Amino acid sequence: MDFSLSSEQREIQDLAYKFAKNEMIPVAHEYDEQGKFPTEIFKKAWELGLLNTCIPAEYGGSGFSAVDGVLICEALAYGCMGMNSSFMANDLALLPIVIGGNDAQKKKFLTPFTEEFKIASFCLTEPGNGSDAGGIKTTIKDGGDHWIINGEKMWITNAGYANLFVVYGTIDVNLKHKGISAIVVDPKSPGIEVGKKEDKMGHRASDTRGVRFNNVKVAKENMLGKPGEGWAIAMATLDHSRPLVASSALGGSQHALDLSIKYSKERNQFGVAIAKHQAVQFMIAEMGMKVACARLLVHKAAWMCDQGERNTEIASYAKAFASDSCMQITTDAVQIYGGYGYSREYPVEKLMRDAKLLQIYEGTSQIQRLVMARELLK
Amino acid sequence: MNIFVCVKQVPDTETKITPTSDGSFIETASIKWIMNPYDEFAVEQALLIKQANPAANVSVVRVGSVKDTEALRTAMAMGADDAFLVEAADNLDSYSIAKALKGAIEKSGKKPDLVLAGKQAIDDDALQVPQILAEMMNLPSVSVIVGFELNGTTVKAKREVEGGALEVYEVATPCVFATNKGLNTPRYASLPGIMKAKKKPMVQLSLADVGVSDADRRVKYSQFRLPPEKPAGKKFDATDAAKQKEIVAQVVGLLRTEAKII
Repeated sequence: MDFSLSSEQREIQDLAYKFAKNEMIPVAHEYDEQGKFPTEIFKKAWELGLLNTCIPAEYGGSGFSAVDGVLICEALAYGCMGMNSSFMANDLALLPIVIGGNDAQKKKFLTPFTEEFKIASFCLTEPGNGSDAGGIKTTIKDGGDHWIINGEKMWITNAGYANLFVVYGTIDVNLKHKGISAIVVDPKSPGIEVGKKEDKMGHRASDTRGVRFNNVKVAKENMLGKPGEGWAIAMATLDHSRPLVASSALGGSQHALDLSIKYSKERNQFGVAIAKHQAVQFMIAEMGMKVACARLLVHKAAWMCDQGERNTEIASYAKAFASDSCMQITTDAVQIYGGYGYSREYPVEKLMRDAKLLQIYEGTSQIQRLVMARELLK
Repeated sequence: MNIFVCVKQVPDTETKITPTSDGSFIETASIKWIMNPYDEFAVEQALLIKQANPAANVSVVRVGSVKDTEALRTAMAMGADDAFLVEAADNLDSYSIAKALKGAIEKSGKKPDLVLAGKQAIDDDALQVPQILAEMMNLPSVSVIVGFELNGTTVKAKREVEGGALEVYEVATPCVFATNKGLNTPRYASLPGIMKAKKKPMVQLSLADVGVSDADRRVKYSQFRLPPEKPAGKKFDATDAAKQKEIVAQVVGLLRTEAKII
């Protein structure tokens, strides 16, 4: 057993943390307050090779392992969970192509992301279907020499800026899961209407919108796998993406912990630094314990991906534990900062707002528990 | 064209420094090492020259412990072509380091056209190595430069002097420059750069290989210790007008006898 990172992984991690500290943290507050999309920072991260870590080397990617991917994602989320949501959405959208695409599709859709700065969106959730992803209403009908998409998607990250959509729809609603199909769509296709930017509680730098598809024609060769294989692709995608989302919760938690340690040594009450008070020490100890546990789960879930092992159970533990912990840790960070923590002039209230979304998207904490129970009781 | 960049590995600025129990040096076991920030400007300048002259070769040279090679790997990940590492204790003095750097440059077999280094290392802040090295190599040097322009075999270098004025030097290559903040904005080592750096050559040399022995040491450290903690400040209550004169005399007296600042 070996818990150590390779020297290369330490360098990757150092670079990503350096980027987070120099390029993201100093402006995170401003982007959050104004709900500004971080195009420049997004592009800079791409130039350094910090994005699209899932693209295999044979299609122009850097050939990162899943463990490398979570190390980078943790660091970028340390910089700003909101910006990182947008960065990570690229991987979420490209993963179905990596997993379900054929060679020609991978060359056509993945390689351009390695040559040029591009943004992608993963379009699964609908206004009426979130956790019940199998109940998708968007239809993909055979139009002879093309597919025709009709329906509406909701909470689509990066929708206003995307160069590529991966859309989930059904070829027949009655087939339930077996009808679900995944297809690559050009966001500029006629018939696509992208809605207004949602005004969110947190992750305000990230762009989130509804997308409507009105008789959108898509080339036959854009279907990933066969019609009806979308569900299997989506599930396999989640096994890879859950460690990523978990690692972003870990990054947010680590940031809250670091800030809490620093502040508790600076702030004096009753004549001593509040770090000398056991009530505060216990909160900090609890944070440290949760960060350490989350990191072990995240690394194991990603490592299993790299070993080609099925990681559904561990990935759900990682996702739920890391995001629930992040909520608790950021809430306690606000508590340690006291009145200042509640003020927007200090950094921890943003972390608390950002943490909440991690318990909701990419499978709520409750859905993760359903997955865990299903795995444990089967 | 051969460009040599001398880099030092220093403790990360957030490191908490503790002297060893015998006071002979600082504890190095738990230190996170980084490239000396002033050396990053030297590396960046070398890479800018290489960008304009693709045939140029950028070598990085370091004298220090081989346990961690962070600084050299970072420089190669940023784009330097090869590295030379002279194994030595981390508490060598400036003279020995300069002599070892000179020896390593000679050992490389490449004739230097330019030698660049940060103006100072942020650990011991000696500000000596680039100048000593230039003297030993018998090359002209300009230190604390904030401007650099290469035209053929001439370099126009700018350095800031008191009062914000700039001195401009024209120096014929080969020559040595010590770089200051403001010269450029060092690039990040990109991830593909980190991957490529693994395949770049790093030549390891001993102090004997580069002709340095204990006899070269000019400075011996007698003891490392933390600065004494500042005593708590004293407060004087001068709200009572009748006592003010007496209190002022008391404060002035203490500033003379205790603080010794007037």
